Amino acid sequence: MLLTIALIAAQTTVLLAVSPFLVGLIRKVKARLQLRRGASLIQPYADLIKLFRKQPVISTTTSWIFTATPYIVFASILTAGLLVPTFISQTPMNFAGNIIVLVYLLALGTFFLMLAGLDAGSAFGGMGSSREAIVASLTEPAMILAIFAIALTNGSTNVSTIVHKTALMEDIVTDPSPHLMALAALFIVALAETGRVPVDNPATHLELTMIHEAMVLEYSGRYLALLEWAAGLKLAVFLSLIANVFAPWGIATTITPAAIGIGLLAYVVKTAALAAFIGVIECMFAKLRLFRVTDLLGVAFILALLGLLFFYTLRS
Amino acid sequence: MLNLLWILLGGYGAGILLPLCLPGRPASQRLTTSVAAIVATSAGVVLGLLGLTASEPVTGSLVSTIPLLTLEIRLDSLAAFFVFMISAVGLATSIYAVGYLRHSEKRASTAALGALFNGFLLCMTLVILADNAYFFLLAWELMSLLSYFLVVTEHEKAEVRYAGLFYLVMTHLGTAFIVTAFLIFFQNAGSFSFEAFRHPEHPLSEGMRTLVFLLALLGFGTKAGIVPLHVWLPYAHPVAPSHVSAVMSGVMIKTAIYGLIRVYFDFFGGQFPWWWGFTVLFLGAVSALLGVMYALMEHDLKRLLAFHSVENIGIILLGVGAGMIFQSYGLKELAALGLLAGLYHTINHAMFKALLFLGAGSLLYATQTRNMEEYGGLLRRMPWTGFFFLIGAVSISALPPTNGFVSEWLVFQTLFLSFQIPTVFLKLMLPIAAAILALTGVLALACFAKAFGIAFLAQPRSSHARHAEEVPVSMRIGQGILATLCVALGIAPIVVVPLLDQAVAPLTGRSIASKILAIDGWALAPGNVEFSSLSTPVLALLLVVSAMLGLGLAVALGGRLTIRRSKSWGCGITLTPRMEYTATGFVQPIKRVFSTIYQPTVKLETEFLIESRYFAKRRYFEFHIEPIFEKYLYDPLVAFLGTLADRLKVIQAGGLHLYLTYIFVTLIALLLLAV
Repeated sequence: MLLTIALIAAQTTVLLAVSPFLVGLIRKVKARLQLRRGASLIQPYADLIKLFRKQPVISTTTSWIFTATPYIVFASILTAGLLVPTFISQTPMNFAGNIIVLVYLLALGTFFLMLAGLDAGSAFGGMGSSREAIVASLTEPAMILAIFAIALTNGSTNVSTIVHKTALMEDIVTDPSPHLMALAALFIVALAETGRVPVDNPATHLELTMIHEAMVLEYSGRYLALLEWAAGLKLAVFLSLIANVFAPWGIATTITPAAIGIGLLAYVVKTAALAAFIGVIECMFAKLRLFRVTDLLGVAFILALLGLLFFYTLRS
Repeated sequence: MLNLLWILLGGYGAGILLPLCLPGRPASQRLTTSVAAIVATSAGVVLGLLGLTASEPVTGSLVSTIPLLTLEIRLDSLAAFFVFMISAVGLATSIYAVGYLRHSEKRASTAALGALFNGFLLCMTLVILADNAYFFLLAWELMSLLSYFLVVTEHEKAEVRYAGLFYLVMTHLGTAFIVTAFLIFFQNAGSFSFEAFRHPEHPLSEGMRTLVFLLALLGFGTKAGIVPLHVWLPYAHPVAPSHVSAVMSGVMIKTAIYGLIRVYFDFFGGQFPWWWGFTVLFLGAVSALLGVMYALMEHDLKRLLAFHSVENIGIILLGVGAGMIFQSYGLKELAALGLLAGLYHTINHAMFKALLFLGAGSLLYATQTRNMEEYGGLLRRMPWTGFFFLIGAVSISALPPTNGFVSEWLVFQTLFLSFQIPTVFLKLMLPIAAAILALTGVLALACFAKAFGIAFLAQPRSSHARHAEEVPVSMRIGQGILATLCVALGIAPIVVVPLLDQAVAPLTGRSIASKILAIDGWALAPGNVEFSSLSTPVLALLLVVSAMLGLGLAVALGGRLTIRRSKSWGCGITLTPRMEYTATGFVQPIKRVFSTIYQPTVKLETEFLIESRYFAKRRYFEFHIEPIFEKYLYDPLVAFLGTLADRLKVIQAGGLHLYLTYIFVTLIALLLLAV
């Protein structure tokens, strides 16, 4: 019991600590590729602390939904984070839910964010919510099919079980093609869900392009800090998912100090590499028009479906 | 238990008769009907729970010398489950009706409304209890007729009369199919008793079985609102008084689910080929997706909810259909899981859909309009209704840890476990159904973000909304009961699953509660713990603790909170309600992406100033969604029937003698045929 609580606390701390770093790293990589020096890696931490200390301004048209939303979004994403292994393969909360629960927990946050976007009564928020609705509705089917293709090879839909089995080299996959396709699909989904180029651009406040930023436009102070942190957490959750499902290298399969040390180090390296890769993508591609995003997400869905098809045809 | 049944019958009987004996006193009529209904439904709730836990089915009969008047009833665990559901929703709506009917006192006869409502609830209960085809059909027909009268309560409106007629025609079409199916059973078994249907001396031939399958699917499917038989539902459900809409959408359409399960799993003993299950699964997937898609485009709150009923019936059928597929491959435990998931969603949908319809009724009560574009800012004017509606919205969007999520999760797991089926085609089809379910889930989320966001948040969009007031206490209690049940059914699968298992076990021959409930009941694990698990109580706890952590971090890092209130940022101008995002605008991207399904027609006319074409004087915007099924299926059918009737006009001379001759000729022809 005590160990469980300690592990949950450790996982929470790691997720909370790593997420601003990942956000900062993407920005840094982008800056370097654009021949800028870029802000320091600790800038996102400083931003969060600054925002927490600022006095929030709340719109007079809003209801309690607006002030409750940051907490709900933060809580739902953090809870989702507890279902995904980070530095140890067997997360203590594994039994609380499988991949479907993960998807729907993230949807819980999205739902309230969409409501908050509408609550301020400005057109920007409504626009963000409306766009988020279409992006979310196209990502989730792809995500569920992709993860199912992986789940089939491991005989489990619980993320932690999948990772643990892969890490222990149980059920070694004979043909990697379903996994490759699922990986590609999941990566596109991750870009869309975390609001990255080419789906959304977190660095802009131009009404033609913004989705996530439009929904949180009316937020300030501690509420904005929580939402920014939650957005970082969401990125960390997706990167952990991809890193550990497809490459559980170095993850701690036993709870010994040495294994945990290696696991922590490997986790930071793997997620940092993925974050750097996202930074590169953000430099290489332009943001797509909203109605072209559907094509991209359609590709993700087809890839996931093909993965599933390959799995069955290769088996039989 | 028989005593409870008498209380139930007596309660409804009093509810039907007493208000009619109190002419001219609407207030006391209203109270007596509601109290009678509350007594009867409370008895029904207890009866359902006792029936679910009883080991043997309770039977009873009123024997008569006329065979058609022999009324047999049987309360087995499946029936008990549905009795519980009907009674629980009936209880909440009866309490709600105390306040709600006050505002229709001047417009409709309270006595008639109350009597019809009691009769409607009674007939639904009898449909479930009937153990005799004749009795079943009698109750079924009465249920349809009484609900028709309730639908046309506001018959002075042309729209309501049209909806009522549409409903009446469709429901009778459905009944005709059911009657035919039962007649085939009767012909084979030689008796109207369901017991004879279950164990006939000679089993039905293969062709007849297939025919019965299709007839039952069409007949019950019309009542359930399966696409493409759903067209009446978005007309009829919204125009009824809201507490009646809640009962119709929440539980009446479920009697069809009951009928389907009764026929396929009970009468046929779960013996059927795989394509039966696949047909049900396919129709479920189509209904789920199209239901939610049409709901998204709807801005009449009650019509939106009616379309969501089509969606949720689809989700239920995904579970039932998957269960049927597993059953035909002899995978009994998975079949039980599919049925259990379907029944879990059945009761969940009853709770949250009734809750949402009561919420819509409260909005109608407070603002006198069903058009969402005229709501806005109501959460601050009506905090209780808003809060309950939010619980309903979160539940129907299947967000954890509410009840809608638990049952949708179970359906997902059922579909995922398809890898145990031997054929590759089905192995692939079931995960695709899961992907459709995922799409349905997110679209439902978008739809309720729209419904709640536009109705309850931001600034009031009309003077109705600006002056809305919170509804009376009785209406809030009705909604509160259902909201509590929504949360409870989500948090406590540990209680619900064993009860549902009682209902499912006799049908599939497998009890799976002990296998599904892992870790002392804390988690649900269909298949095994390794394959998948879900623990809503732990999730709820984690969510609360994480939210507290967020609050703690905010306090630790930011110190004391001082809030400044100011206007929303409007680029330098003052925001008015006309600048808010509308429901139409909110769904525009979805409409555009799925334009193949919607086939929208947009008409935009602009009148410019004479001085400059850069300034518009007036714009006129209109858009329509193509009602595909009505246009390509029903309109041609009606036109064909029209021409056919025209042709038949020649034999309709109107003289009595002629008709007597027709009857005589037909009789002779039939007699010759029989020889």
